[in-house]
Amino acid sequence: MSTLAPLLEMEGLDAWYGEAKILFGLSLQVAPGEAVALVGRNGAGKSTTLKAIIGLVRRRARRLSFGGTDLIPLPTHAIARLGIGYVPEDRRIFTELTVRENLDLGRRPPRPGAGRAAWTLEAVFELFPQLGDMRERRGGQMSGGEQQMLAVARALIGNPALLLLDEPSEGVAPIVVEQMGRALARLKATGLSLLICEENSDLCAGLCDRVLRIEQGELRGPAPAPPP
Amino acid sequence: MSFESLLFQAVNGFASASGLFLVAAGLSIIFGVTRIVNMAHGSFYMLGLYLAVTLAPRLGEVFGDALGFWGAILGAALITAALGALVEVLLLRRIYAAPELYQLLATFALLLILSDATLALWGPEDILGPRAPGLTGTVELLGRQLPDSDIFLALIGPIVLIVLHIVLTRTRFGRLVRAATQDREMVAALGINEAVLFTAVFALGTGIAGFGGALQMAREPANLALDLSVLGDAFVVVVIGGLGSIRGAYLAALLVAEVKALCTALGIVEVAGFTFNMSRLTLVAEFLVMAVVLVVRPHGLFGRPLPPAARRGDMEAPLAPLGQRGRFLVLAALALFAAVPLFGLVSSYAPVLALDMVIAALFAASLHLLMGPGGLASFGHAAYFGLGAYGTAYAATVLGLPTPLALGVGIITASAGAVLFGWFCVRLEGVYFAMLTLAFAQIVWSIAHQWEEVTGGSNGLFGVWPDAPFDSAGGLYLAALAVTVLGLVLLRRLVFAPLGLALRAARDSRLRAEASGIAVEKVRWLAFAVAGTLCGAAGGLFAFAKGSISPEAISVGRSIDGLVMVLLGGVHSLMGPLLGAGGLTLLQDMVMRESPFWRGLLGLLILALVLAFPSGLAGGLRRVRSTP
Repeated sequence: MSTLAPLLEMEGLDAWYGEAKILFGLSLQVAPGEAVALVGRNGAGKSTTLKAIIGLVRRRARRLSFGGTDLIPLPTHAIARLGIGYVPEDRRIFTELTVRENLDLGRRPPRPGAGRAAWTLEAVFELFPQLGDMRERRGGQMSGGEQQMLAVARALIGNPALLLLDEPSEGVAPIVVEQMGRALARLKATGLSLLICEENSDLCAGLCDRVLRIEQGELRGPAPAPPP
Repeated sequence: MSFESLLFQAVNGFASASGLFLVAAGLSIIFGVTRIVNMAHGSFYMLGLYLAVTLAPRLGEVFGDALGFWGAILGAALITAALGALVEVLLLRRIYAAPELYQLLATFALLLILSDATLALWGPEDILGPRAPGLTGTVELLGRQLPDSDIFLALIGPIVLIVLHIVLTRTRFGRLVRAATQDREMVAALGINEAVLFTAVFALGTGIAGFGGALQMAREPANLALDLSVLGDAFVVVVIGGLGSIRGAYLAALLVAEVKALCTALGIVEVAGFTFNMSRLTLVAEFLVMAVVLVVRPHGLFGRPLPPAARRGDMEAPLAPLGQRGRFLVLAALALFAAVPLFGLVSSYAPVLALDMVIAALFAASLHLLMGPGGLASFGHAAYFGLGAYGTAYAATVLGLPTPLALGVGIITASAGAVLFGWFCVRLEGVYFAMLTLAFAQIVWSIAHQWEEVTGGSNGLFGVWPDAPFDSAGGLYLAALAVTVLGLVLLRRLVFAPLGLALRAARDSRLRAEASGIAVEKVRWLAFAVAGTLCGAAGGLFAFAKGSISPEAISVGRSIDGLVMVLLGGVHSLMGPLLGAGGLTLLQDMVMRESPFWRGLLGLLILALVLAFPSGLAGGLRRVRSTP
């Protein structure tokens, strides 16, 4: 558990999907450089938690801030620009665009004082060599694992301080899961914070500092960090 | 007909295709990114032409003819683009989250406003522009003289196609447009400001439309009918080509223009002893092409099925039977309407207005069966109104049948039309359904316009008066009220019957409905037939009420009136269409007599209502009532 001030602070988060209320008073924190796993059954509200942070669902909270900035009133693109990268469920690659074009859309200048080298095309291709071999391939012609790497790379090239990962091992071959695990460990070592929805304990083992369990839209099990 | 004249028409077809393509391309790009079908798109084309014919002589005085002409075209395109950006920021930005139908209604209101603004600024007369300097000569091709300007226009389409292709594939803006067309949320999650992108896309689309209009300066005069006619053509082209596909739009524009040119070139042909004037087919040709393409490829030549839209707006409360209080209110309203002939002693106008309202109520309620419980927005309900009206009028005047029988003939005509057209339409959904219904309505309209021997052509049929006891204002009114009440009771019973349940189930989730054994297309076909039949009854009553029927009364404006009535009243309630029909009829009656700009005022009112009550009048009333 880090002693630094938390990067992401969430207190009493309620969220809705259409008319249906999905999250009930969720509270959690992610410290700089910390990796936190959210686990829970299908429909428990893991994905919705990530979507609520990035602003893709209607939500309300006593507090939802990132680096001290209140996220609630901000539109999605402004939240992303604060330094939150989002790797969605089903990857949501732009299938009509090539690998290079997908990455180009994700590119953001590094924020001042980030304290690490900015991500470049070459740097993400070094992390995921397969992508470097298929720069001009269309997203729609890639395998699930390749798309997953592209989704992570597309988020990284925006130079985030926090990466939200929704089921990064879902529908992906075991060998790719291993590779993804190594890549995420390397990212964590650079000081990047991770919030991962994950059922695959192999991926989280050795990577995640804490595991939080969501059931029916509420946090259960291992308690969130006590308020500072 | 010679090969040369065919070739001549073919070149002409390329020139027309360019104009069609420019409008359709803008419409397609805007739809792709914002998912809004811009009903006002033809208005930007029209404005482009008006601006160009206004700017050209003024710029010409200063810079000389050539610079003035081309400068006017560029200027018109830029001004329409700026206007488009303004509209996006002021209006569309507020309705992206609204249900699709309300977006259509809002942009349609914009069409009405722009139409009357044009009337106010430029007056009702057609305005001719100057000829294109440097393009006044002709080129000889196979012994025919082809005007330079036509060749220039024929080339413009492919040029714009190539430029757009380069912009979309080679620039960051193009990548953003393609990405947002697929997944807007993900684009925002990458830190890209959607609002700016949407404004830019809307400005681009409207600018291209304005450019297309301005280019027509040397070919046709600026006139007020352009907005709707161009809109209809653009819809057809976009739907044939596939929504969101630019090259599809060009191919479709070419296909439509060439088929029309071919009809003109063929002229009068003899088939099996019958002489048939093919050039008469030009009006329906594009719609026939569209119908054929959609049946074979439901998403157009290059279109793909749209990702299933998440249900937006308010979740619909299940329909509830009337309570005791509701029943009392309905009976009170019925008694009031039945007593209208008594008011006739005070105001002779009351029964006339009430008759209009009653007919409008049946018309709107029949459309509501499709739009509300069916979830299918028909943009061509005027077809069945027209078939009913013409059938009735023909039976009453030419065949001399007594009034009730004549109405019966009209209803059967409409019913047959609905069964036939419905078979095609129910294979489609969403925007494609709307466009195909519009196409069939245009076919009916064209037939009414051109089959003079039966329909009386553009004059229509007149002298359609009912015989005793329906020949008094009160008599006809009470008969119409009876027919309408019967129709409404039938519709209401239907919505609560198993057929209605199946229809609503298919609307809420087609997959789940099919998986539970509902034959969705059959159910929708039946509903389509019932809606068309009852609409035909409204049309028949209309013919008797006015004593005549003409193509004008069954034009696209009639279909739009129906949509406005249902949407104003609210699709989520069975009372909605009745309130909307009454409201719109009263409003048209009051505003129309007060101002030459009644359409624009109606548009402003619709905009205000859409922004204030995004779920319609009935929904708004319910919300006001439920908040203490």
